[in-house]
Amino acid sequence: MFAWDLLANAVVAGLLLGGVYAAVSLGVSVIFGLLDIANIAQPAFLILGAYAAYVMYNAFGLDPILSGLLFTPVFYLVGAAVYRVYYGSFERRGEESLRGLVFFFGILFIIEVSLSLKFGVDYRLVQSGYVGKSIEVGGIGIAYRLLVPCLVGLAMTLALHLFLARTFYGRAIMAVSQDRLALRLMGANPVKIKTVAFGIGIAAASLAGALLITITPVIPSTDRDYIGRMFAITVLGGMGSIGGTLVAAIILGIAESLMSTFFGPSWAQAVSFGVLLAALAVRPAGLFGR
Amino acid sequence: MAAPLLEVQGVIKRFGGFTALNRVSLHVNPGERFGLIGPNGSGKTTLINCISGALAADGGRILFEGADLAALPPHRRTRLGIVRSFQIPKPFTSMTVLENLHIPLEYAAHERAQAADTDAMEILRAIGLEAKAHQRPAGLTQIEMRKLELARALAARPKLLISDEAMAGLSSAEVDDILAILFRLSEQGITIVMIEHIMRAVMRFSERIVVLDAGERIAEGTPEEIVRNPAVEKAYLGE
Amino acid sequence: MQGTGRTFLIGLGVVLAGVLLASLRVNPYLYFAGYVILQYIVIATAWNILGGYAGYVNFGTPAFFALGAYTAVYLIQSMRAPLPVLILAGGLVSALLGLGIGYLTLRLRGVFFSIATLALSIVLQTMIINWEYVGGSRGISVIRPSSPPFGNYVTFLFTVMVLLAVIAVTAARFIERSWVGRGLAALRDNEEAAECMGVPTLRLKLFATTVSGFLLGVAGAPFPYYVTFVEPNSAFNLDYAVNALAMPMIGGTTSWIGPVIGAVLLGSAQQLATVTISSEMNLFIVGIVLVAFVVLAPEGILGLVRRLRSR
Repeated sequence: MFAWDLLANAVVAGLLLGGVYAAVSLGVSVIFGLLDIANIAQPAFLILGAYAAYVMYNAFGLDPILSGLLFTPVFYLVGAAVYRVYYGSFERRGEESLRGLVFFFGILFIIEVSLSLKFGVDYRLVQSGYVGKSIEVGGIGIAYRLLVPCLVGLAMTLALHLFLARTFYGRAIMAVSQDRLALRLMGANPVKIKTVAFGIGIAAASLAGALLITITPVIPSTDRDYIGRMFAITVLGGMGSIGGTLVAAIILGIAESLMSTFFGPSWAQAVSFGVLLAALAVRPAGLFGR
Repeated sequence: MAAPLLEVQGVIKRFGGFTALNRVSLHVNPGERFGLIGPNGSGKTTLINCISGALAADGGRILFEGADLAALPPHRRTRLGIVRSFQIPKPFTSMTVLENLHIPLEYAAHERAQAADTDAMEILRAIGLEAKAHQRPAGLTQIEMRKLELARALAARPKLLISDEAMAGLSSAEVDDILAILFRLSEQGITIVMIEHIMRAVMRFSERIVVLDAGERIAEGTPEEIVRNPAVEKAYLGE
Repeated sequence: MQGTGRTFLIGLGVVLAGVLLASLRVNPYLYFAGYVILQYIVIATAWNILGGYAGYVNFGTPAFFALGAYTAVYLIQSMRAPLPVLILAGGLVSALLGLGIGYLTLRLRGVFFSIATLALSIVLQTMIINWEYVGGSRGISVIRPSSPPFGNYVTFLFTVMVLLAVIAVTAARFIERSWVGRGLAALRDNEEAAECMGVPTLRLKLFATTVSGFLLGVAGAPFPYYVTFVEPNSAFNLDYAVNALAMPMIGGTTSWIGPVIGAVLLGSAQQLATVTISSEMNLFIVGIVLVAFVVLAPEGILGLVRRLRSR
């Protein structure tokens, strides 16, 4: 007897996870997919956002999604500052590749170790206010605890898509990703626009982190679990396509959920890595084409 | 009538929905001075990238000395004798000018290190860069960078040298300088394809010219014929 | 040939000095700490062959190191293989890993190679955790062979590491000065131009990843005998990831001397620091120093010295 209900549950769980994974990867979609900056420190900001929500919850009992939104401007400024340093030290001199990567790795490392120093290595989780409640859809129970972050994640994805398609800065970011020279000729300053984009990317990561800590426990080294996921989703989703990111996130969510249900949770990492390698193998662009 | 050195047969190249090269055909004869011109965006550099192997064509064939280049990677094509210089110079910044020439001498021309040293100095002397042999590229002037590009291409012992806008942004005297070098190379038997926007240089240098516009070949002939061709005038100046 | 002969003599001299030091049986802590610093000389040199010479950044040093260590564990458990076999096997397996990752990602931009190596460590760690034969997540005890030279196994490992460090540095120096090294430098400076100048960039990159992987595996192979208890968290320790980067960047990436300087300086500093500050604080400082160097002195100590000299 094939365990259909087990399968159905796994797929639904994967869908819900996919919504959150989409939120998690939005930042990389913008920063790496559109701006072509390999910010490998992104997962660290994800976890930083998670811990920020944790602190606010402990201190004031604030709902994590609320504190995530509250912290968005702070993280935006942090992102803008990081980009300025990156730009001044590397991008302007054309030495992005090796040193830029090492710079971001250094940032990733410093954030992770700082969190270790401050919070230790105990797992932290935030119990959101709607724990325990669930709704039934077609015989499958969907916990609010998983549904709400997923919906917020979807809302974030939609908001970013609208921002990029409809607003001046959003469209300027799309333009920068395609042709820097044309943008300068049009009178917009590419550095300013990239700063905005980078800030948004970091802010998105921190908000996603606040969502994350309500559905799974977090320790400082959790950032390493998300490196593979973020980049796998961005590459699979087509490097900068927000819609693609969503689809890829859902695919990964379901794949991980199925793997976890039928083979055990420890293989989840292998799934995202496998997806990453597969996505890279299928990319038609070689070394000189992009 | 000798067989063509380079044959481009119906090459097609697309980038997504945009067709950069639409069945472009041309041929270059051995020892010829060949000019390739066309307005910006006409596909000249894309064609060069397909010939050098940096890009894979989506259709058509490219033959060198009668053999299909097909899927050969760029470094193999260089070893066959197809050498290009870059529009925006790409020197090896951590090495001296002399060491820059070592690379093609050792890798494309298969010389040993000692021989490479002497040959590199010789090439620099011929180009006029020997005073800067032990300097890094960062300290070179515009024209010196262009000369380094050409010197490096020479060090690869080309049969076919593709000079991609080597004179852009140079003064009139500097243009003549580069032109003189290219003429000397042609006399040594190297087939040269010149891509340029500086018309007086192309007209003086080329024995035969092909004109591209919007990814298609619109004209071919001697410099005099090209100058009088109405289609060419339209492409450059509009209606 | 004269240069090669002299190099051989210097290398031999260093190894003999190491052996002499070992036979003196001074304070055992010296051999413990010395082992770690020498191990880092190998690791930093190995990393630099790919990172400094070719310009491709490997963030997954723990994966290669741990693979060498766990290959050794497997061979110890299954057939009590002697140390030279462990070292060779560890190196070969890690070399294969390097070749594999390289083959999958080096046709694309360098960034993708780096991202793949970043995710690699986690994946490998997960696989090892699930492999009971080598201890899984609980770890495994390894018994050192009896009656070692110099009376103490750690002292013996110290001399082995001296030899490995000499081999690694000699190999790096040889590569750097050869036509392979020049090709790697060209592809690091401008890969497109290098390819068009006849350099077979893909082949050279694969060579660099394979050699780098080999040396990292070699560094990891004696690890089980050094610690006697091997568990994933220590074998895959983040220390290796950040130090493998920081040491060459601090010392200078363009020459074989840089990683040696970085390993000696940073390694010694860390050995001294472990007694005074916590290991997290230690890592924190390394991270700050790394970022500081990358932003302010990207050519490392070698670069600073070069600039001072030309004044």
